[in-house]
Amino acid sequence: MNDKPEKLMDKKGLRLDGRKADELRPVKLEVGVISNADGSAYIEHGKNKILAAVYGPREVHPKHLALQDRTVLKCRYHMAPFSVQERKSPAPSRREIELSKVIRESLEPAVFMEFYPRTMIDVFIEVLQADGGTRCASITAAALALADSGVPMRDLVVACAAGKVEDTVVVDLMDTEDKLGAADVPVALMPNLNAVTLLQMDGKLTQEEFEKAVGMALDGCKQIYAMQKEALKSKYVNVGEQTKEEAEE
Amino acid sequence: MPIFLEKRQIVTPGDLIAEGEYIAGENTFVENGKIYAARVGIIEYETKKVDVVALKAFYVPRAGDIVIGTITEVGFNGWTVDINSPYIALLRASDVLSRPFKPQKDDLPQVLDAGDLVVAKIVSYDRTHDPQLTVAEPGLGKITRGQILKITPTKIPRVIGKKGSMISMIKQETGCNIILGLNGVVLVTGKNLEDEQLAVQAILKIERESHTSGLTDRITQMLKEEKSKKGGKQE
Repeated sequence: MNDKPEKLMDKKGLRLDGRKADELRPVKLEVGVISNADGSAYIEHGKNKILAAVYGPREVHPKHLALQDRTVLKCRYHMAPFSVQERKSPAPSRREIELSKVIRESLEPAVFMEFYPRTMIDVFIEVLQADGGTRCASITAAALALADSGVPMRDLVVACAAGKVEDTVVVDLMDTEDKLGAADVPVALMPNLNAVTLLQMDGKLTQEEFEKAVGMALDGCKQIYAMQKEALKSKYVNVGEQTKEEAEE
Repeated sequence: MPIFLEKRQIVTPGDLIAEGEYIAGENTFVENGKIYAARVGIIEYETKKVDVVALKAFYVPRAGDIVIGTITEVGFNGWTVDINSPYIALLRASDVLSRPFKPQKDDLPQVLDAGDLVVAKIVSYDRTHDPQLTVAEPGLGKITRGQILKITPTKIPRVIGKKGSMISMIKQETGCNIILGLNGVVLVTGKNLEDEQLAVQAILKIERESHTSGLTDRITQMLKEEKSKKGGKQE
């Protein structure tokens, strides 16, 4: 797995895993996987496997962090030591602290923070297996977990990345493409309100390439959003169908 | 001025429900004259008002509500009570003793200790102050026996049913007394354990299937079946 591939894209325009430039990795979403938490979600995005759990609103500890006019949103992004090829130290790294902040800031606009002053909402994100684009998958899962917990929200938040590989703009980079490619642009979106809550770029892109990348990432977001809604509803729809069957028996 | 979705449809946060001259009810919000859902729930609307009945939410205190709470801490002149809500409630000693509290004479843990359950009423609550409880009314006070179960607070109205039809039916069928705390905590007291368990089972079934139709009939049927099973064994 450690040997570098010579080319990230073949002559037909197919990528390392056989995807086209505008094709997403397969996504699987599930809601309510952790019964101890108030809300939870699990996402499999390609080889990424991520759990998100939400607790609260609850009392703030330590107390001096409480805000008098709104709730405090706390976010903890953490990668399990076994989530990557080489063991990752379980202590929070610089990168994890930064991602926690970035994820928090992309979720905050969606939550009605002012409804419950002097409380705190905890969001825990645990990366079990990482393969590029974990911040996007984490945001998608965390927003689902928030909605599942019953926190009032303006909209769900979905995230997807785009980038440049071998002079082509592609969507949803995996780990090798992210490391060897030219650029990476993660975008988080509130689809109904049509508002972007996260936009980052690392690498170099021309203005045209950047605009194309953002457009592709937004398209990806909308595709994942449909699955997100489906996952939230299916938790309740299944019960409805079961009772129908019972009634027919 | 259309409504975009039908009654009893499941919505997720951010779903556009209606536009124009409608009143945004529970769990909805207005942005640019459009009404959106704020929680996962089911759409209900009357002529002008659009509501989303949340499928999961937490309890927000309101003055006048009857709740069931657990004592978490004994303080200097009262108790702190967990009422299954983002906010911790306070219960004053003078209120429980129904006379002025004397720290030299009265031993608070003897009256109520950590872990005790109380049925209480919320006297006051606002954004800046934690809720205050009282037990100085008939029917309120320490719980001595029965079973406790927790359900999602938004489903308490479903357990009550239309004009109390569901709850009175369960009470009648099982012979149990049931106190519904609006914070989602339910107390069931019956003559024996089996009756209590049957009532608990029924309430849990309501919580699971609250968003489906024809529920009262199904619950009645379930209770009758369970009762006939047990009756058969005894004979």
